[in-house]
Amino acid sequence: MGGATGEKPALIRWEERDGQKVAVRHDGRLAAQLRPIRMEVGVLSNADGSALVEYGGTRVLAAVYGPREAHPRHMALPDRAVIRCRYHMAPFSTAERKTPAPTRREVELSKVIREALEAVVLTELFPRTAIDVYMEVLQSDGGTRTAAITAASLALADAGIAMRDLVAGVAVGKVDGVLVLDIDEIEDNYAEADMPVAMAPNLGKVLLLQLNGVLTHDEFVQAMELARKGIQTIYKLQKEVLRKKYVEVTEEGGE
Amino acid sequence: MARIYVSPRSIVLPGDILAEGNDIVVDSPFIERKGNQYYATITGLASIQQLDDGKYKISIIPLEGAYIPKPGDIVIGLVKDIGLTHWEVDIASPYKGILTVQEVLDRPFNPAVDSLKKYLDVGDYIVAKVVAFDRARDPLLSIKGKGLGRIVEGSIVEIKPSRVPRVIGKKGSMVNMIMQETGCEIVVGQNGRILVRCPNKDLEEVVILSIKKIEAEAHTTGLTERVREFIRREKTRRGV
Repeated sequence: MGGATGEKPALIRWEERDGQKVAVRHDGRLAAQLRPIRMEVGVLSNADGSALVEYGGTRVLAAVYGPREAHPRHMALPDRAVIRCRYHMAPFSTAERKTPAPTRREVELSKVIREALEAVVLTELFPRTAIDVYMEVLQSDGGTRTAAITAASLALADAGIAMRDLVAGVAVGKVDGVLVLDIDEIEDNYAEADMPVAMAPNLGKVLLLQLNGVLTHDEFVQAMELARKGIQTIYKLQKEVLRKKYVEVTEEGGE
Repeated sequence: MARIYVSPRSIVLPGDILAEGNDIVVDSPFIERKGNQYYATITGLASIQQLDDGKYKISIIPLEGAYIPKPGDIVIGLVKDIGLTHWEVDIASPYKGILTVQEVLDRPFNPAVDSLKKYLDVGDYIVAKVVAFDRARDPLLSIKGKGLGRIVEGSIVEIKPSRVPRVIGKKGSMVNMIMQETGCEIVVGQNGRILVRCPNKDLEEVVILSIKKIEAEAHTTGLTERVREFIRREKTRRGV
């Protein structure tokens, strides 16, 4: 995420709706509203599992290979599978070309995403193997790590890898003193705080929580609640899209 | 008191709750228990059976996923490498198969004077049986036995290992039906490779197409009849 440059645009305007003052964001969304979300699974035929996830302008492609033989062999663990994650931003994903080499930020995000997935994947079912998860940000507009984690979890489910639950993620931010759900690039650049959260909703577990900026204790509690609601919506969409993959074939089968 | 939340043959996804209660028998590694609730951990079809003692047996038939070897499975493998006293065999699984010389030859073998290449070479396909696999070591294969050994003729079709039970059908109903309709010989490997031997090329094509059809529609019902119709239609179209 780039820092703020130039003059700060107006990001929140207050409008009177049904006799109440509500905060409206620069793109017309309300504070607790997600961007339009689109998901698709099985988009790549060569990978064992794949998914494409869009949060507004953010677009992430995830591919899963495995479980397969671990190379190099010394990486393999005797009692479980190793999960290897690669979060990467395509050079053309940002307004200014990004060098294709992995940056320090990408290395860190690969690690936090891997740790989130390790908490749900039943790695002990496949000892001495490796599960590779590749996430490629095709277009970046804020919230790429949470979109990547949502896509990775869908791709894992598509590959038939056992997981305790699906993982969904969303970022909450504080813009002009207002807590907002699913912040985008502009909001992120001028935000007072940015907090990506990923959860396994059915297990009721938080798998990723990072916070950039400052929130008071009360704000943090509110922000978590906002994130939880957003994640529930995304989680439902994930299940719908996975189910749809098989329902479509059933219909083609002429039932 | 057991409560079942899913209907039989419905699609379940990771995190879906399947059942709750005590009278439940779990028959799948893909079901997790939390308290007295049971959750699915994989994309698959739910299977629920009421047992004679009133308990419910729940399991999941996976729709995707890799082949995990089991002792007793018949697999079709591709020889990848030759060692001094063993062959390494690709069995379309995360684990590579090991075929030792003792499981091929009946007589003593001396690596100093004899070469394994004479018996099986890199690139050969074999029908083999998994004799041991304990997760700490790679699966041990054997080609001693009826119907096992090097493949010399026919075609190999590769499908997802999770679709194999559907190709076989209930007590072999699907594969027997295909063999009857076409007169071909079919060997189904548990690892998703299928050997097809036919009297002629047209019939072989029909069989391959119908296997691909089963793979694509594995989770639908009434499949055997649809495949039978498909074979008859293709046979008349091709005039065989």
